[in-house]
Amino acid sequence: MTTIAELPPGFADKVLSAQSTFRSVMDAMARPGSVQRIVPMAGTAGSMMRGTAAIALTLFDHDTPLWLDARLAESPNVVKWLKFHTGAPVVQDSSIASFALISDGGALPPLERFALGTSEYPDRSTTVILQVDSLDSGRSFELRGPGIDGAAMLNASIKPFDLFERMHINEALFPRGIDVVLVADDAVVAIPRTTRIVSKGS
Amino acid sequence: MNAPAYNFAYLDEQTKRMIRRAILKAIAIPGYQVPFASREMPMPYGWGTGGVQVTAAILGPADVLKVIDQGSDDTTNAISIRKFFAKTAGVATTTATDEATVIQTRHRIPEATLHANQVLVYQVPIPEPLRFLEPRETETRRMHALAEYGLMHVKLYEDIARFGHIATAYAYPVKVNARYVMDPSPTPKFDNPKMDNCPALQLFGAGREKRIYAIPPYTKVVSLDFEDHPFEPYRFNAPCALCGAENSYLDEIVTDDKGGRMFVCSDTDYCESRQAAGHHGSLSAAPYKEKAQGGTNG
Repeated sequence: MTTIAELPPGFADKVLSAQSTFRSVMDAMARPGSVQRIVPMAGTAGSMMRGTAAIALTLFDHDTPLWLDARLAESPNVVKWLKFHTGAPVVQDSSIASFALISDGGALPPLERFALGTSEYPDRSTTVILQVDSLDSGRSFELRGPGIDGAAMLNASIKPFDLFERMHINEALFPRGIDVVLVADDAVVAIPRTTRIVSKGS
Repeated sequence: MNAPAYNFAYLDEQTKRMIRRAILKAIAIPGYQVPFASREMPMPYGWGTGGVQVTAAILGPADVLKVIDQGSDDTTNAISIRKFFAKTAGVATTTATDEATVIQTRHRIPEATLHANQVLVYQVPIPEPLRFLEPRETETRRMHALAEYGLMHVKLYEDIARFGHIATAYAYPVKVNARYVMDPSPTPKFDNPKMDNCPALQLFGAGREKRIYAIPPYTKVVSLDFEDHPFEPYRFNAPCALCGAENSYLDEIVTDDKGGRMFVCSDTDYCESRQAAGHHGSLSAAPYKEKAQGGTNG
């Protein structure tokens, strides 16, 4: 049983660390496929990577219902850390979540179970933060869409293996859809709903 | 009692988080207006409160900030916003376009080509391009949802029927990534082509109307037009009187009470750097006289 005093810390400098983390995530979202680094360090709990922890401290608060995958939800330290540092309410119903944290990609539920937004308010959709093995080696993917000058190449080792096939739902749903942020340690890649992906093999 | 009374960049952290989340969704859905809980700022609505909130949410100590008002670095609005952030965030400021990492603008896009490490933040008074055609928010929202933009084309067609050409000269509607029709804020239509495939990220903040929207880098931005009446950017029939530039956006300046006037670049940094590079206009000669263009009383 961890007491509050024993919880891993948040950012040492809340203000500037959150700003720096946000700029990395914003650049990632604006330039899909580009690998951005998260510099500020914070404590992490359980199977949360440091990039995930920094994003949580930067974007989550009492206004953002949060859905956790089974591995995170079953770790009292993770739940306690998130609750103490961000105050975000953890919800059971993924379809009302602003953010979803996925530590075990193999157990990613079908994307349709998250909030997809409405045609009038497509922004009311879940941002899925998915921890992956690597964002610099693995299978090659070719990305096209807004934010990309022509085509961008991403080498990544991702579970679930068919993540980008699953994300094809974004094509038909647009402007509704799911935005995904991939995290590997301190590296971040964002795949907004406008990005179209072709697998190029390994 | 000299402790700083404000948080870094003025806004509190909860507000910044809320704005940051809105910015991320705005980038993910290019051209869609994301509602946000706009705060009161220490300046009146209409002075750029939306742009200021967006800038405050993204600005960091390593940034170099440039603020322009109608292209000019030295008007009241530009100077006060620049000083505001120099004071509350301690950031470096500049007037040179290519040195800036964040450029907040009121109604112009700099003439110099923007690069990938820059963010352009627009101050927007009325973000809804359909607002003057349909006053009800519920209806304009549904029109965006259905991509039902016929009304906008009717408006442009009425221009043609009445004036023989599309008479919209500023806030000329654009379509972003072949989906959302967007108001580029009241920039002159001269600037519209610069939005297309721009290497820099473009963010738009409307404080009073509580909307944030965005154009990611390298995104298709098309000015609405017709096959037989294609979009035409503004053309000036005179070069800048100070730097001789022939392809910049010009301001008209009245020089006396006898009809004398001169046309100079609206982008002061562009004009000054051209003059520093040895370009000269006709200022040393007589001021440019506007030619009567077929008027009967001229």
